[in-house]
Amino acid sequence: MSNVLQIAWLIPILPLIGFIINGAGRNVLSKGISGFIGSAVVLASFLLSLYVFIQVKNGNTYVAHYFNFINIDNLKIAFDFKIDQLSSLFLLIITGVGFLIHVYSTSYMHEEPAKDFAKYFAYLNLFVFSMLLLVMGANYVIMFIGWEGVGLCSYLLIGYWFKNNDYTNAAKKAFVMNRIGDLGFLLAVFWLIAKVGTVSFDGVFSAASLAKLSTTDITGITLLLFVGATGKSAQIPLYTWLPDAMAGPTPVSALIHAATMVTAGIYMIARSNILYTMAPVTQSIVAIIGLATAVLAATIALKQNDIKKVLAYSTVSQLGYMFLGLGVGAYTGAVFHVMTHAFFKALLFLGAGSVIHAMGGEQDMRNMGGLKKHMGTTHITFLLGCLAIAGMPPFSGFFSKDEILAAAYANNPVLWGIGVITAMMTAFYMFRLYGMTFLGKFRGTHEQEHHLHESPAAITIPLIILAILAVIGGWVGIPEVFMHGGHRLEAFLEPIFAQSNAIATKHELSHNTEYTLMIVSVAGALIALAYAWNKFSKYEKTDKESTGITKILENKWYVDELYNGIIVSPLRSLSAFFNNIIERKVIDGLVNGTGKAVNYGSRQLRWLQSGQVGAYVLLMVIGILILFIIQLFL
Amino acid sequence: MGNYITFPELLIWLPLLAGIICFFAKRDQSAKIISLVFSLIILGISVASLFYTDAKHATWNSVNYFYANNIGNTFYVALDGTGRLLSFLTALAFPIIFIATYRNSYKNSASFYGLMLLTQAGLMGVFCSMDALLFYFFWELALIPVYFLCSKWGGEKRIQTTFKFFVYTFIGSLLMLIGIIYVYLHTPGRIFEDGTQVLHSFSLSSFQRASLTAGEQNWLFWLFFIAFAVKMPIFPLHTWQPDTYDQSPTAVTMVLSGVMVKMGLFGVIRWLIPVFPHAAEKFSHIIMVLSIIGIIYASCIAMVQDNLKKLVAYSSIAHIGLMCAALFAANQLSIQGVMLQMFNHGINIIGMWIVLDLLEQQTGVKEISKLAGVANKAPVLTILFVIIALANIALPLTNAFTGEFLMFSGLYQFNGWYAGIAGIGIILAAVYTLNMIQKVFYGNSNSVVEAVKEISLNEKLILSAIVSLIFIIGIYPQPVIDLTKEAVAGLLAKMS
Repeated sequence: MSNVLQIAWLIPILPLIGFIINGAGRNVLSKGISGFIGSAVVLASFLLSLYVFIQVKNGNTYVAHYFNFINIDNLKIAFDFKIDQLSSLFLLIITGVGFLIHVYSTSYMHEEPAKDFAKYFAYLNLFVFSMLLLVMGANYVIMFIGWEGVGLCSYLLIGYWFKNNDYTNAAKKAFVMNRIGDLGFLLAVFWLIAKVGTVSFDGVFSAASLAKLSTTDITGITLLLFVGATGKSAQIPLYTWLPDAMAGPTPVSALIHAATMVTAGIYMIARSNILYTMAPVTQSIVAIIGLATAVLAATIALKQNDIKKVLAYSTVSQLGYMFLGLGVGAYTGAVFHVMTHAFFKALLFLGAGSVIHAMGGEQDMRNMGGLKKHMGTTHITFLLGCLAIAGMPPFSGFFSKDEILAAAYANNPVLWGIGVITAMMTAFYMFRLYGMTFLGKFRGTHEQEHHLHESPAAITIPLIILAILAVIGGWVGIPEVFMHGGHRLEAFLEPIFAQSNAIATKHELSHNTEYTLMIVSVAGALIALAYAWNKFSKYEKTDKESTGITKILENKWYVDELYNGIIVSPLRSLSAFFNNIIERKVIDGLVNGTGKAVNYGSRQLRWLQSGQVGAYVLLMVIGILILFIIQLFL
Repeated sequence: MGNYITFPELLIWLPLLAGIICFFAKRDQSAKIISLVFSLIILGISVASLFYTDAKHATWNSVNYFYANNIGNTFYVALDGTGRLLSFLTALAFPIIFIATYRNSYKNSASFYGLMLLTQAGLMGVFCSMDALLFYFFWELALIPVYFLCSKWGGEKRIQTTFKFFVYTFIGSLLMLIGIIYVYLHTPGRIFEDGTQVLHSFSLSSFQRASLTAGEQNWLFWLFFIAFAVKMPIFPLHTWQPDTYDQSPTAVTMVLSGVMVKMGLFGVIRWLIPVFPHAAEKFSHIIMVLSIIGIIYASCIAMVQDNLKKLVAYSSIAHIGLMCAALFAANQLSIQGVMLQMFNHGINIIGMWIVLDLLEQQTGVKEISKLAGVANKAPVLTILFVIIALANIALPLTNAFTGEFLMFSGLYQFNGWYAGIAGIGIILAAVYTLNMIQKVFYGNSNSVVEAVKEISLNEKLILSAIVSLIFIIGIYPQPVIDLTKEAVAGLLAKMS
């Protein structure tokens, strides 16, 4: 048991070492070496995580104490790691998928100069370090360190090509929107400190602490934490940074903006599950915001033509599903969907990267088509990913999505109905993407057609591994109706959600209802899939200007414009008003006025400075007399 | 040591002595070297003083002898938890400034460096004085050289700017002097060890025992507070600062922003709250609201600021506003945060000035809109600057995070809404900081930036030292917290 405590710190430290080596040696390291170091440290972390995972399988949990970060009478914050079922599962996802993406990157980024190549791997390692800190932290403050750390890495990697102004704008937007969320997170932490005087998970979730919190406190804290989650996990109203974040290199989109960082909000809420279970109002809000985000993003994805943008909106939408799961109390389902989503969405992004690579940087699907013939492995793996996200049994997405939808139905059938419609949209836009990219005729230039090729092994092998996971990854959570004791993930995570399960009201669905729900959602998705397949395998480019709802969807419901209109521009005007009017005219006007008055007064008093010693002595005597008189009265 | 000379005396007399020697330096180069060597010695002494903070060495840290018995004024200087960290910041800042600006040459550099060292002596005195008259003396000793430094070595608009600076600080000082005399006249009598009897005394402990009615406390509080608020500065008394930072020679700007603004905060901690605890409590809401308005207001102006130096100035006003608000929240977390943050803010802002000065010297411009793509020309400089800038917006694992975390946490305990509204400042800070980084460092370099060279060794060393401090304090802040822990507890005890 103590072994876990002894090695736990190595898991985040190894990627940090990778960051330091690649960062410091970026001018001397060859691409081979920096790629190797960057990947090897993550692989080593993965192997250690695997060991830790095996150790916690039988229900053990550990807290490793390192040092006191802040230690004041009223407040003790320790630099501690918590190793339990939830964190170890995330460790595996982060380091496992992370390693595959590092390997993929060695090939994908090969065109970059050696210096930038090393910088890229340094940032990627730093990201893994921060993400590991986020999930390993044993209190909200260490979690927050990782939380802002991943935000920073995301900023650095979105703006990796820093000469391009659009990219750095996207990076800035991501950082600022995350910071808005972070303020919510921080206020929740302050609230906790004020009420229970601790931030450690074990401390806050103890019965004694929970007893100190009123319903208002718990609702307020959970809502503020959720504000943090909407920033990091791209939910309404803070989701608009994620599609723009596609400016970063594609493997970054796969790792940070699909598989890991954006799921931090789900992790945080799953970690705080007892607080959420005790705050039904917050839970409803989480469910509604999650579902609304899922629908909104799915509608936008229907009409996007940039392959990465479709996937980005799809990610936002799937994250919405996860929040729906959290909101209806299906914590295991949400975590399950995090896992399966990490597999299939990483796969889809990496597949898209392979396509973009083959197309010489082209991301517009209208110029693709017929790639099936040219890219065998990419095509097959991508198709498997599409089936998984569309929720086709027995692919992984089916099981996790089904679990969330079933829980939603038990909570409120309307939530389920909207969820199913969203699932149909998902199937539609994914197969629209698949059809436009791989089926039909090639619509790009001759030059591009000539250049088409399957990607090298460093790219295809991660695709194959992820495809296998996307297919079979759901089998750890086979629902009870199919197989008794089939939901091994639920059993594994039981200790994490035990407190919530003890107080939550259970809605048991009958087997018949469950079957019906499944059949309806699969049938719906299948119809959408077939329709899209049929329609977009025959896709032809048109120059027609889009109108009506299509135009609105292509412009993403004009949300960016809305934010500009109601927040960014007014803030700019206000700032300009402060600067030009209040600062220069009002305040400085007063100060300079005082200065002028003093000047004027001095001129009037100049006769006092007559230069005659006698006059000075006279004034001095008068002064002393005045002082005397004052003295008499005091 | 204890029987011969104490740490506070060394820290005050050495810079004074060095300053006087500098005035007589024949060659420019020798003034530079004298000041650098002395400032390093002072730093060494200050570092040593951090290791002798226990009660056993009390005699090394405090000395009290009288020179004007008849009015009850003593030369009472001491290095305690309240002043220790700031005196260390003062000792640290000057060698950093001297090294970072070593390549700059000044007309009549003997006087320049002499005045700089006088300022250092004044600052040390301010942080060590336990006697109000002495405090006032050092307060002025720190300020007056700055007027000369700005007006003689400043930029084009230096006369106007210095005038404005003078008007503000002079009015502030005058009000404080009136306050000091008034309180003095109400202090109880005192008998010294040698039998001398005085009617009144200037010592801090006598000031705390002064018999003042609540009404008197109220207006006296404002006399002192205005002097301190100008120095910090607190909205709406701040407009001298952006202009002064912009027009002063960079070395002076570094002293002003890195160390001198803390005089105001320090004054509140050492004098204002202990002497007028009831008034401080009574007016805490007004001051916190002003401070928070200042945070948002200054952050907004920073967002539309094109002048790099003024941007940093407004950002500093926002940061100091937070510290002042946290100070008046007056609980353990908030004051501990302020203590830590005063130090952090000092080193971070000096780090920012070093880079901005370098850019201005090489390109001749300080407008954000005229710069672009510095990262292409000077990648190391860019990395170091970005780290410092991110520390300035309190990213976790940098020094400022711990300070801001504690301050906000304390502010929240006082009033949740205050913390929430002040918190908007951390979002705006990200906006203007990232904007500046993007416009100045990213993108393609333009013709102006062609002149930028990668930094030289001594700048690299000094910036690396700052960055190391940023991370060390950011990752393990506890030792710094421990330095001031007792002082915080003492202050809180006085207030209750």
